[in-house]
Order: sequence, then C-alpha cells, then structure tokens
Amino acid sequence: MITAHTLSKKYGEQTVLNIDHLEIPKGQSFGLVGNNGAGKTTLFSLLLDLIQPTSGHIINNGVQVDESEAWKPFTSAFIDESFLIGYLTPEEYFYFIGELRGRNKADVDALLEGYNDFFHGEILGQKKYLRDLSKGNQKKVGIVASFIGNPEVVILDEPFANLDPTTQIRLKGIIKDLAAKEDVTVLVSSHDLIHVTEVCERIVVLNKGEIVKDIHTSTETLKELEAFFAG
Amino acid sequence: MFKHFIGLQWKSFFRSASFKTEIWFKILMALGALYFTLVFLSMGVGAFYIIEKTGLGDPLRVVNRFMIYYLAFDLVFRYMLQKMPVTNIKPMLYLPIKKSQVVNFSLGKTVISFFNVAHAFFFIPFSVVLLIEGYPPLQVIGWHLGMMALFYCNNFINIMVNNKDSVFYVFAALFILAGASQYYAWFDITQYTYPIFDYLYDLPWTAIVPWVLAVALYFSAFAYFKKHMFLDGGLAQKQTEARTENLDWLNRFGNLGTFLKNDIKLIKRNKRSRTAVIMGFFFIFYGLLFFTSAIEVYDNAYWKIFAGIFVTGGFLFSFGQYVPSWDSSYYPLMMSQNIKYREYLTSKWYLVIIATIISTILASFYAYFGWEAYAAVLVGAIYNVGINSYLVLWGGAYVKTPIELTSNKKAFGDKQAFNAKTLLLTLPKILLPIVIYAIGQIFIGPVAGYIFVAAFGLLGFVFKERVFKMIENIYKKEKYKTLLAYKQK
Repeated sequence: MITAHTLSKKYGEQTVLNIDHLEIPKGQSFGLVGNNGAGKTTLFSLLLDLIQPTSGHIINNGVQVDESEAWKPFTSAFIDESFLIGYLTPEEYFYFIGELRGRNKADVDALLEGYNDFFHGEILGQKKYLRDLSKGNQKKVGIVASFIGNPEVVILDEPFANLDPTTQIRLKGIIKDLAAKEDVTVLVSSHDLIHVTEVCERIVVLNKGEIVKDIHTSTETLKELEAFFAG
Repeated sequence: MFKHFIGLQWKSFFRSASFKTEIWFKILMALGALYFTLVFLSMGVGAFYIIEKTGLGDPLRVVNRFMIYYLAFDLVFRYMLQKMPVTNIKPMLYLPIKKSQVVNFSLGKTVISFFNVAHAFFFIPFSVVLLIEGYPPLQVIGWHLGMMALFYCNNFINIMVNNKDSVFYVFAALFILAGASQYYAWFDITQYTYPIFDYLYDLPWTAIVPWVLAVALYFSAFAYFKKHMFLDGGLAQKQTEARTENLDWLNRFGNLGTFLKNDIKLIKRNKRSRTAVIMGFFFIFYGLLFFTSAIEVYDNAYWKIFAGIFVTGGFLFSFGQYVPSWDSSYYPLMMSQNIKYREYLTSKWYLVIIATIISTILASFYAYFGWEAYAAVLVGAIYNVGINSYLVLWGGAYVKTPIELTSNKKAFGDKQAFNAKTLLLTLPKILLPIVIYAIGQIFIGPVAGYIFVAAFGLLGFVFKERVFKMIENIYKKEKYKTLLAYKQK
C-alpha cells in the first residue's frame, strides 16, 4: 500500500529523517514509536505531502504523493489541531468533511451514531465551536472525522495523548476494529508503548531519523521496546 | 522584580515575529512614523493660529469648549482599540510574584501606551504656542497638567469598562446624540462643560482635582483588576453560544457550495473577517471624496476611475488580498483533504465576485452625482470582476501571513503582507485601469475611455480558464512554503 524509497528530509545540515526503504502492506496496522525529534511527525507530514522530501519519495497505493493529488480521496489523517476548523461546531465540521468525501448528512449521522460512547456526550449538541472545546474533546472530533468516508489509509499522530483513561481504552478498541478490516491500513504513532503494542501488528522504532527496529508484534515486543528505550 | 518585568517586555517586543522584517521596510515604517509625527506637531502648532483666524474667539477658550467631545471621542477610540494587556499575565499567576505587583506593572504599562502619548503631540506644541503668545505661564501649565490628568482618567476608566458592551453603546449613543443636537442647535452640551476646562486655566491650582481623580481611578482600576485576575474571571476568553447552521440552499452548487458555506461561516463567526467586511463596506463611501468635488485635486476623470475601483472593490481588497491566509489555522487539513485547488480557488473567486456585485448595487446612489460618476463605478466594477479578482488571488499566493481569526490584531495592515511581489501586483490593480482610461480619453474621448476599461475587464472574463490554471500552478508551487509560514504563528 505505502512504500518509501530512499526517503530523507534535511533542514540545513541536520538530517531529521533518513529511510532507505519502508514498505507497509495493505491492511496492516502500523505503529511508529520513537523519542521526541525521532522523525515521526516528519514521516507523517511527508506522507500527506505537507512537506517536501529532500530526496526520495513516497508511493501511496500507486500514487507518488508529491507528484499527484490522487491519494487524497482514500487517505485521511489527524495530526494536530491544525486539522480542525475552529469556528465550526463539531456537527458542521463532520458534515464538511463528509461533503468533501462524498458522504451526505445521513451517512455522517449514521457513522457518528457508532461513536456515542467515545464522545461521552461532550461533543454533539453542545452549542460550542470547536475552538472552545477542551484539548481532549477536540482530539476526539479530529480522530472520528478521519474515519468519515471509508478511507483506506488512516494516519493518526499520537492519538492517545491528552485523552482520559476511559477514552484511551475506547480508542484502542476503535483502532483495533479498524485494523481488523482487511482493506484499511492504519498508521499510528505513540509514546505509550503499551497502547501501541496492543493495537499494532507491526512496530517500527525511529531514532534520530533512522529505522532502528522493525518488529512484528508478539508477547515479547513490549519487553523488547522497554529495554530499548531504557537505553 | 520590576527589572524582570521590563526585561520580559523588552524581549517580547524585539523578538516578536512581526519585528523581524526586511530592513527596507523598517526604514519605510520609520519614515511613515516621522511623517505622522510632523503632521501632528504642525497641527498642534498650527491649531492656535487656525482657530484665531476663524474668528471664533480666544483659541484656548474654543479648545476648552469642544474639549468634552475630544475626551468623549478619546474614550470611544480607546474602548475600541486599547485592550488591557492580559495575555502576558497568565504565566505569572502561579509564580512567586505578588499579584499586586503584576497588576501594578500591567496598569503602569498602559500609562506609557500610545493612546496617552499621542495626545502629547497636540497638547505640548499647543501649550508652547500659548506661552509664546504671552499667556501667563502658571495658568498654561496648570491647564496643561489638568488636561494630562483627564486623559489618564480616560485611560483607567477604559480599563474598568473594558468588555462591557452595554455601557459602551449607551455612552456612544449619548455622545452621538449630543453631537447631533449641538449641530441642529437643540441643546448645547458644551455650554455646561466648558467652565470646567476654563477653571483649569483661570484657577491653575484646580488642576489638582483631575490628578486626584486620576489617582483615585488608578486605585479603583487596581482593585477591580486584582479582584478579577482569575482564569475564569477577567482573564477568561469570551465564549459565544454556537448555533449549527445548515445553509442547505448552497448545496445546489455542489462542491463549490461546500466551500461557500464554510466561507460564510468563516466571515460571520470571526472577529477578524467581520472587520474586513465592514472595512469593505466603508469603501463604498470612499468615492464621496472624489465625486462630490469636495477636494479640488481629486476633481478629474482619472481620480474617478481610481474611486470606481475602490468603491466596488472594498471587499475584494480587504478580504481577497488575504485569501489563503483566512484558512491559515487549518491549512494542513485543507491540503490533505480531498480538495482540489481549483475548487478551493473558484469558491473564493465567487465570493469576491458576489461581494463586488453587491457593492456595485449598493453604490448605485452615485448616479446622483451624474452619469460620469456612475459610469466610473460600473466600469470599476467590471474591471474588478474581470481583472482584479484574479490579481488578488494571484497575489494571495505570496502573502504568507497567518491570520488570527479571533483577534483584530494587524487588521489595519500588516508588514509581512507587503513584499515586493504583492506591491508589484498592486500596480495593475489600480494604475492600469487609469492608464487604459487615459489612452481612450486622450485619443478619442471620455466615453471611449470608459469603454476601454470595461472591455479590458470583459476580456479578463473570457480568459478565466487559462488564468485559473496559471494561478493554480503558482499556489501548488508555493504550497510548502505557505504551510511552513502558517506554522510559525
């Protein structure tokens, strides 16, 4: 589904990402871990063509992302609050994303119905604009919006951060369900090793822009990761 | 402790993003500041002699008579523009600093703000002229000091009524009513107020009274502010109740409708964009300067074309020139969503066109000033639709200033919005139509001039597809730079 070839990103002298080859097959749930500055967000931004690679390129389902925009219809993401439109209410925001992805109101409503537990009654019908919601609730909106329109690739940057424990557990369930679907590729980055080992079949560790570990998740994985990060 | 505060202030000023501009722009700004200083100084010096010439009487007494309006206007002006500097307070709240020190510093900072210093440019030269003209020094100084105190009173009153809109509107209404009734000679409020200001001159020791008042107001502002210095009190952001709007009637435009709906919400719900629309509206009346023959220099056909462009293009200039920046806070979303640049740009283009047409209809009253005035407005509208609408979108690709939608900061011009490319693009927006008109007018006649400008506009319309393709490519090329720039708030 997603292939990166000799991908690198440099800011001046500093190399922030350098991946010789990375292949993510269709339907995989892919976890990305690494300390601050390891290059996780850089990789995701490159995937979404938000920054230009210094060398190499990424191919998403046969589309080279920095050449064509044809990856947009089947790819969705939530990176940070810059993916939210502050002056809309959550409903308006969902409908807006829905319209961009060819879903009408009824479709969107049906989808939202499934996330009532996740929203915990704090999102819909609150008479609040997104900018006035708490950070955690904003995040819930952004994550759910990325599920609208049956995307084949879902990219979530640190989805667990800022969420309360109940919501984190529910989110794990949601991501697992999503990953269980044959045709959906989920990319998740996280600082929480327990969460990420639980939801992802494959975990890649980035360190200073390089892939240092590429693990197929097993019962040993958490220990291995903890040993690595303990240094 | 104050040393720390001043150090922080210094750094926040010199390290602010807007300060890091190109050197030539700094020089330009310094020249601008110098120009305005000179204008105000000469007004202060000249005011005395101008009033004397009009024969209204003793200039000092005349100034005293209208001082109540000056003060009231100052208060309204302050209310609208001078905000209490609360943003820097938050990080101080939980540090081991006494609240009273923070409040004292914040209030102290307002004392040297532009809103107080600006008056000195008028009052100091005016007082100096009074002394030169032989008014008794002690009395002039008493008057001058008293006036200063009154402006400080305004300063502290403004801090206390800040964000109390109901109080403000009542006050503003009274102020306008007083002005109107004076004009129509129903009731002259100045009859009751001028003795107050005269006292400051006649009995200079009375200047102590406004100073006592100013100090008292300082302490009540201090108490008020200290009491409200909580995150859920005076420091809280105002939240408005949100309504979900459908605007389903725009659905018929398909994908375009999706963006238009969003743009309408953008304009309605954000302070900054509302200001742009209001500014655009006021541009409609800008033409009065040109078409009423009020100013002699402007009384020729070239200026009329200039006015026609501005009258109908207010929204185009105030909103259009910042086009991608309105979406700056969620630009990464727009760039990774299922959105085609073409559709995005087309929806903005329609918005500008619709606004231009509405402005043109509203500006129909210019027909009252003769066919030439109305022709200039119509021709200006056609040129705006046909040529300028592309030019603002094109220029927008180079304007990489993120816009903070919820605040009016920099609403009246931004240094970063002026770069060489946008300045160059201003020429065809305003000068080209004048040149085209001139060619027609000189060689054939005024009617031909108008027809030429309109024809140029229509020509632009014909090439829409091609022009859009070009603009789209520029936006694509600038995409990464724009994304990066919007990240650096």
